[in-house]
Amino acid sequence: MSKNINVALIGNPNTGKTSVFNQLTGLKQKVGNYPGITVEKKEGVCKLPRGVKAHILDLPGTYSLNTTSLDESLVVELLLNKNDKDYPDVAVVISDVENLKRNLLLFTQIKDLKIPTILVVNMADRMDRKGISLDVEAMEKKFDTKIALVSTRKNTGIERIKELIADYKSISSRPILDPTRISPEYFDRLKKTFPQEDLYKLWLVITQDVNFMPIEKKRIQDATDFSTKSKDDLKKLQHKETVLRYQLINNILKETYKVDFMAAKGLRASLDKILTHKIFGYLIFFAILLLIFQAIFDWSGYPMDFIDEQFAMAAEWIKNTLPPGVFTDLLAEGIIAGIGGIVIFIPQIAFLFLFISLLEESGYMSRVVFLMDRLMRPFGLSGKSVVPLISGNACAIPAIMATRTIENWKERLITILVTPFTTCSARLPVYLILIALVIPEGTVLGLSYQALTLMLLYLIGFGMALLSAMVLNKILKIKSRSIFMVEMPTYRLPLLKNVVYTVIEKTKSFVLGAGKIILAISIVLWFLGSNGYSEDFQDADRIVTERIENEGLSIYSKNYIQNNVASYRESVEAEGMSPSALQDSIQVLTTELSERAVAQEIASYKLKHSYIGQAGKAFEPIVKPLGYDWKIGIAVLTSFAAREVFVGTLATIYSVGSDEEETIKNRMAAELDDSGKPLFNLASGISLMLFYAFAMQCMSTLAIVKRETNSWKWPMIQLGFMSVFAYIIALIAYQILI
Amino acid sequence: MATVADLRYGQKGIIKDFTEHILPIKLLELGCLPGNSVELLQIAPLNDPIYINLSGSHLAIRRSLAELIELEIIEETQAK
Ligand SMILES: Nc1nc2c(ncn2[C@@H]2O[C@H](COP(=O)(O)OP(=O)(O)OP(=O)(O)O)[C@@H](O)[C@H]2O)c(=O)[nH]1
Ligand SMILES: [Mg+2]
Repeated sequence: MSKNINVALIGNPNTGKTSVFNQLTGLKQKVGNYPGITVEKKEGVCKLPRGVKAHILDLPGTYSLNTTSLDESLVVELLLNKNDKDYPDVAVVISDVENLKRNLLLFTQIKDLKIPTILVVNMADRMDRKGISLDVEAMEKKFDTKIALVSTRKNTGIERIKELIADYKSISSRPILDPTRISPEYFDRLKKTFPQEDLYKLWLVITQDVNFMPIEKKRIQDATDFSTKSKDDLKKLQHKETVLRYQLINNILKETYKVDFMAAKGLRASLDKILTHKIFGYLIFFAILLLIFQAIFDWSGYPMDFIDEQFAMAAEWIKNTLPPGVFTDLLAEGIIAGIGGIVIFIPQIAFLFLFISLLEESGYMSRVVFLMDRLMRPFGLSGKSVVPLISGNACAIPAIMATRTIENWKERLITILVTPFTTCSARLPVYLILIALVIPEGTVLGLSYQALTLMLLYLIGFGMALLSAMVLNKILKIKSRSIFMVEMPTYRLPLLKNVVYTVIEKTKSFVLGAGKIILAISIVLWFLGSNGYSEDFQDADRIVTERIENEGLSIYSKNYIQNNVASYRESVEAEGMSPSALQDSIQVLTTELSERAVAQEIASYKLKHSYIGQAGKAFEPIVKPLGYDWKIGIAVLTSFAAREVFVGTLATIYSVGSDEEETIKNRMAAELDDSGKPLFNLASGISLMLFYAFAMQCMSTLAIVKRETNSWKWPMIQLGFMSVFAYIIALIAYQILI
Repeated sequence: MATVADLRYGQKGIIKDFTEHILPIKLLELGCLPGNSVELLQIAPLNDPIYINLSGSHLAIRRSLAELIELEIIEETQAK
């Protein structure tokens, strides 16, 4: 017979809950040495001995059942609601052997809810280093539970957890502290008023912070008007409860838990002396940021060139192998080009995630919070805002999720609102291609102009985030009391496995997510680009041929022929061909090129009068003042789904309008405006980059902001403000530079 | 009355019995109870926040919070 058991993994932050979860379920949730990596419920399944199946729940860390922030309140909500489908049959409290005393506080609280509770003492591998010894058997007896001594790093003790869970019926669910000891008089009255209810549970419901459990709390107050204690009095009782619990724990640990301080060695003290030093601390942090930049913008160049070539070859191959036709064009020119436009950024994105993951896994992130807190405060932010602001450079979505650890609602809201200004990886494709096109190659002080531009764009994004935070801090009238507190975990050598998983998972989801959107948009655009209803579209052949007969080829085509002839001449001259033969072959080439140019002009005329062309033309007046033509306008518009489709959109549009096999960059460089000058010039390029720096072009971010702020108000304000602002700045930039 | 905010580098103190219940519950849960020790480990640039060892918990807290924790400073002993 098989039965599903509900298991909840609960514990203080950073004790290894997710590591245990991953071991039990074989999943690969994110693990990191920073309190508050997990901010959501995560589920998995684990096969237990004797054919039992367990449904395992990984939860955010919490110090106790008296919650003060959103991620913590998830745990309490679950434990107080017996009807929740995830309500645990058995709770597994994961504790860290180095902080056992504090971890046990939560353990005793959960046990008092009369849930069968297993105690996992994790990080057993560190006991020797820290000189810790434990009398597990005596502890089991005193705490009336079963204990598993575990190290997820050394992979020991996991089987024991499974055994204990499978055997959960034999685990005691007796409470450990009599709640009436907190205040005999008060609990007596509670008992009289609610004879049916469990006293400790009732107490937790009553004392939950109003912000987090409005519904539960209301129910009880309404029913009885049980307002006999002021908030202060309740708080006093909570203090009393904590003291009582610690007394109990201390008494037991005195006999069962020994630390030999002489044997304890730790890197923490000496490393912290340097890493959080008043001067060196900042210097090191700054150096690390520089290193990350260097990696992303320099080292990743090699693999990127490689990927670029592979995609060009793939497109070429498809064109040559598949029968020519509509479908082949779409595949080779639209889709492959579009996907290639994303895949090429894998090295950079992987580097970014690698560094962020290393910062988190080593324990350094908490030190950054410590160093930055005071500096962030004038902006209405907290030191904890730095983590979202840094990881926002990879992607705003996990960054906004990470704000859940910020206790103060105002600081949290401001962080959520300004994070989308940081330069997320989706902006990179746009920046890099534009920089390569419009910024000259020279260097100043050993730094290339191009690298400097990119650096500047990052600074602008970050600066804008800070600036708008400052403004929001002034105008938002939200009162919320804040207790800033962050744990400084011991330093750990990052576990290669964890880091690699994080990098692979994040990169994969970035590519797949973007890939899907690009695929869809490419197909739609391509269809709209190769069809049209107007006479101009249907009669394109005739109209263009007539025009060429009357006026000759366009400047674009003339340039195209000239350039090709010139490079041909150069290559054969080197071979030493006779002048007359040269003349003849150039003649042949020119005719060939002109034919091709005519075909191309017809194609681009068709594009201009296709559905997409007409839509673009209608939209053009809006983007014209920024220096964009209708094709860029379409790319900007589709980017509101997600920024990274910019390059793919242009690739698709250009490919419909030409039959040349070229890299997208060359294609963009060849694009001319009405007066025959390159369309992507310094002015329009800068204007585009600034537009992308500020505009809120990401549907997923808007959706996540809606979820985290629980209203459409904030995402709509973000969308409106950021986009209008982006437009104005781009306009000013173009008009000044042109 | 001395508070945690008055500690100097490396100095230790013992938390006093408090009657006023102004301390956030979270601090208590992390070990801020009468009789426990506090050691100042680091002060951030610009003097805030501070990094303490609160009876085994390594925490950074803001000065405003530290000022609420009263203690008796004990000169740190050489043996460690
Ligand atoms: N030395 C050692 N480190 C461990 C062990 N288990 C986990 N860790 C490390 O502890 C850190 C925290 O692990 P997580 O699994 O993310 O902890 P968590 O409890 O899920 O943390 P939050 O989700 O932030 O509350 C990571 O750096 C892990 O690599 C262990 O058995 N030994
Ligand atoms: Mg976790």
